[in-house]
Amino acid sequence: MENPLLSVRNLTLDIPVGGGTLHAVRGIDFDLMRGETLCIVGESGSGKSLTSLALMGLLGKTIRRSADRMDFDGTDILTAKPRAMRALRGDRMAMIFQEPMTSLNPAYTIGDQLTEALLLHKSVGREAARERAIELLEKVGITAARSRLGQYPHQLSGGLRQRVMIAMALMCEPELIIADEPTTALDVTIQAQILRLLYDLGREMNMAMILITHDLGVVARVADKVAVMYAGELVETGPATDVFNTPSHPYTRGLLRCIPQPGKTERGSTLGTIPGIVPSLIGDVQGCAFRTRCPFAQAECKADIPRREEGTHMFRCIHPDGKRHAEEEVTA
Amino acid sequence: MSNASASAVLELRGVTKTYHVKQGLFGTARPLTAVNDVSLSLPRGEVLGLVGESGCGKSTLAKILLGLEAPTAGQVLVDGEEIGAQDRMTLARRIQPIFQDPYSSLNPRKSIFDIVSLPLRVHGIGDRAHWEKEVRSILDIVGLPARVMNTFPSQMSGGQRQRVAIARALIMKPEIVICDEPTSALDVSVQSQILNLLGDLRSEFGLTYLFISHDLAVVEHLATRVAVMYLGRIVEEAGVAGLFDEAAHPYTQALLKSVLTPEPGLGVPDTQLGMAYPNPIDPPSGCHFHPRCPMATELCKTTAPRPVETPGGRVECHLHDPQSPMHNPKAA
Repeated sequence: MENPLLSVRNLTLDIPVGGGTLHAVRGIDFDLMRGETLCIVGESGSGKSLTSLALMGLLGKTIRRSADRMDFDGTDILTAKPRAMRALRGDRMAMIFQEPMTSLNPAYTIGDQLTEALLLHKSVGREAARERAIELLEKVGITAARSRLGQYPHQLSGGLRQRVMIAMALMCEPELIIADEPTTALDVTIQAQILRLLYDLGREMNMAMILITHDLGVVARVADKVAVMYAGELVETGPATDVFNTPSHPYTRGLLRCIPQPGKTERGSTLGTIPGIVPSLIGDVQGCAFRTRCPFAQAECKADIPRREEGTHMFRCIHPDGKRHAEEEVTA
Repeated sequence: MSNASASAVLELRGVTKTYHVKQGLFGTARPLTAVNDVSLSLPRGEVLGLVGESGCGKSTLAKILLGLEAPTAGQVLVDGEEIGAQDRMTLARRIQPIFQDPYSSLNPRKSIFDIVSLPLRVHGIGDRAHWEKEVRSILDIVGLPARVMNTFPSQMSGGQRQRVAIARALIMKPEIVICDEPTSALDVSVQSQILNLLGDLRSEFGLTYLFISHDLAVVEHLATRVAVMYLGRIVEEAGVAGLFDEAAHPYTQALLKSVLTPEPGLGVPDTQLGMAYPNPIDPPSGCHFHPRCPMATELCKTTAPRPVETPGGRVECHLHDPQSPMHNPKAA
């Protein structure tokens, strides 16, 4: 069998804070094959953005990172020297950040920022780099690409800046793209086009992608694999069709009931809610972190929760009739 | 629709707002029509959803309704009385806003009691004992415990802050609430709580909402009527069922197509809109939508469509105008 492009086992991120240690990411595992799209979905504070920064080696100095394995195509990212990570970043793995308004440098032209990574990593001349930048700007649907190279970020609209960010990430034809909420700040019409573009480019270049989002609609439409993150843990992972058709963790099911679904949810009806709040992750976290908000919680949920696996579909919940509940809720 | 306007709590007649925008240091000011001849009527107790891409004039319209901007032309009537004729204080008793970002719309240096009781104090209603009683009761209604009165916004979560903003808007018992993207900054589980709350409050107090959002699934869920805005004009208006089940305008159809429902396997839709939202300072000739419209003909480039009545509302498109040579409602 083909080896995964990215393989992560037991990734843990701890942040020392005033009252102890904040366990922001608590032992997550996943594999990503070439050309595959993994969506990590979860709410604010679940640790999904920190996970992406940890993969890129861009964590702040105060955050402690540990893992049993963090392998990117044979390179151990965990122990790689800063120089080795710099060689990977922007070349073989690239990141698209959430806010196009703040992630571009206002003091440099679009052209300078687009060509920087290519000039750094590949032995190409300035002219060839500019040609490549124009080619990619056109690919992401920017008109008059040649004249854009001399423009500064403030001269572009939000949608255009986001497309510049995407073009920038693609400059060196990376094998892995990590996109953190790449369409959250955009209009729905632009969102659909950007996602389509990422999806098509991913197929065309056989690029693997980790897409971090809180939008279940986006996840359902682009993901091959889904990982649902709650309180620093992956509570459910699996192929998109399995996770959406038979959601097995009460949190996943709760999330799906919270959103109005055109054609399914009755207009004006009361939406599902998830009562309570995310627990504090400072100090020891034992058992299922979702139990304080879970309608099925019982005494056993305080103990360690084993992984339940059905083929490639995994969830961490001890309720043996989880699936049955899921079916009842769907038909109800 | 004379009987509709008779019971309308809020009515707009030909409202236009033109700004003069200077381009460049020595540029001459050019007119930018943010809101262009908008007529709408909002019957008491209804929820009018207002949708459209950024820059279409949604928020300018909201500002006009709140009396924060004066329209260049046209009239806004509240209960049949023109708002220009009423002073700001009277208007504020009847119309209140809820804004998008509960992080920036609450003063971080004021306690929750100060924030929520401010409208009462500004209007000089009652004394401190009365304010406390009122704040306590409204906090209870929006689902916050009375003890939060002495806390500050920084100690609250996003959902709690939005509840505070709703409490502040409702303490004067307004008739109309302008909700400008009230849930877009919130997580899905919190969003559903706020949407449920807005729905409950509406039936409890007989409120009328203008609900501005770019999330069409949310609008479909909450609204009773929907108006679609494009470059300052209302291009289609209809009851929620009519608009979502049988959209008439090609732009509405494209917007609906771009909604990503959480159904795996459907992929990302192709809206065929093209990437570029036109520059409002330089709107396209004829029908403003023609450069992005898959149905556009020569007529659309030269002649703006006139509003025509449909069974459930109104639409501006040559395809739906019986007097137009293009008339062909089936094609749209």
